[in-house]
Amino acid sequence: MEIQILVFGQAQEITRKSTWSEVNTKDTEALIFKLSQDFPQLSVINYALAVNKIIIHQNTELSDGDVVAILPPFSGG
Amino acid sequence: MDLQRYQRQILLHEIGASGQLKLQASRVLIIGAGGLGCSAIQYLAAAGIGTLGIVDFDVVEKSNLHRQVLYTTNDIGKFKAKVVFERIQALNADVKTLVYNQKLDNSNALEIIGEFDIVLDGSDNFATRYMVNDACVLLNKPLIYGAVLRFEGHVGVFNINLSGSQSTNYRDLFPVPPNPETSPSCNEIGVLGVLPGTIGILQATETLKIITGIGTVLANSVMTYNALSLKFNTFQLSVTEKSKAGIPQTEAEFKAFNYDWFCNSTTSIPQISHLEFDKLLQTNNLTIIDVREQNEEPAITEFLHLNLPLSLLNTKLHGIPLNRPIITVCNSGNRSLSASQILQNNFPSAKIYSLQNGIIAYKNYLNSISNV
Repeated sequence: MEIQILVFGQAQEITRKSTWSEVNTKDTEALIFKLSQDFPQLSVINYALAVNKIIIHQNTELSDGDVVAILPPFSGG
Repeated sequence: MDLQRYQRQILLHEIGASGQLKLQASRVLIIGAGGLGCSAIQYLAAAGIGTLGIVDFDVVEKSNLHRQVLYTTNDIGKFKAKVVFERIQALNADVKTLVYNQKLDNSNALEIIGEFDIVLDGSDNFATRYMVNDACVLLNKPLIYGAVLRFEGHVGVFNINLSGSQSTNYRDLFPVPPNPETSPSCNEIGVLGVLPGTIGILQATETLKIITGIGTVLANSVMTYNALSLKFNTFQLSVTEKSKAGIPQTEAEFKAFNYDWFCNSTTSIPQISHLEFDKLLQTNNLTIIDVREQNEEPAITEFLHLNLPLSLLNTKLHGIPLNRPIITVCNSGNRSLSASQILQNNFPSAKIYSLQNGIIAYKNYLNSISNV
């Protein structure tokens, strides 16, 4: 199983890349854990999570080909 | 109606004379006369919105001019809201412009927002954004959201009742505000000048579509725009219980809600004042870390320090002495909070502080005491 990650805003400063693939992450909780291991600073910032372009607020199962987006808030005007 | 002025717009059969009359009858409030506000308000005034309100308490600074294109070099030091009023009058005297040269807070927000049909958020801080969102939910006003940072922007239309769907709001996207120490602003990490122009124009476009009832409005969605990759992405929002529960339910609750605290309550890093910092300096027993990037001005000559840029901090943790207090400094006191948070996460038992308000304010403080 492979999912695609898209990273936006300030989170890109942490990951240093805007997109990549992850394997073996059965749901968004597992993915968040994996990301916090790979990028400890990601666990310090807030962000919204979207699965296939839908913003989610609870653990969501992931399947092959899903696209997960990480969207930190910003407030500049 | 000035047919000649609006001729090209009335020619669009989707708008026509009836659409122009709707624009003329509408009342739009723009919160913030910064990059987003400057961009949106010009097109809304040109399009013939009947009444435009502008709320801003700030004055024009030189560092605003690369993106806040309503202002000229001669306007530096003037109140933004007043300059906007003059420019809009010159552009289109048909528009009734209401100037609120004051800080929007929860004591005046409901009264001011209540005077308008649609609200366009061009503010520059989370406390105002959450407050404006909540006020729009309470008053049932559509909110056109926009935000920018570096090369990226957001646009969204909240709190709008389209056929059948429940309306979402900003808290359905971001239920809680970010930690201030990990959420930098444009003042700290910059913004491409043209970016708020693009996003403000998209906000103005959505406003015109809602008023005239044409097209597909970006309702219950947020769109991201990346200027570097020229990519747009749209994300769908749904109504969440958490958002409903977080919003004040009555006017009294709204007025009692402390938005500044709500958006700043998460920091655990102690900040030290200039006076306390001076005292600690005299103990000669501390490590000061300048977390600004290489060669940032002003240079620090007042005390010995290490320079470990925030962007590299995670890779340089091994070299930091932990047997005495650590104080991080930056220009305004925000990045140093982020740096201190990172240090604290890595070294939970170390004593870590952040210099409140940063080195620029500290230098001013030193000047002020040397002049006494």
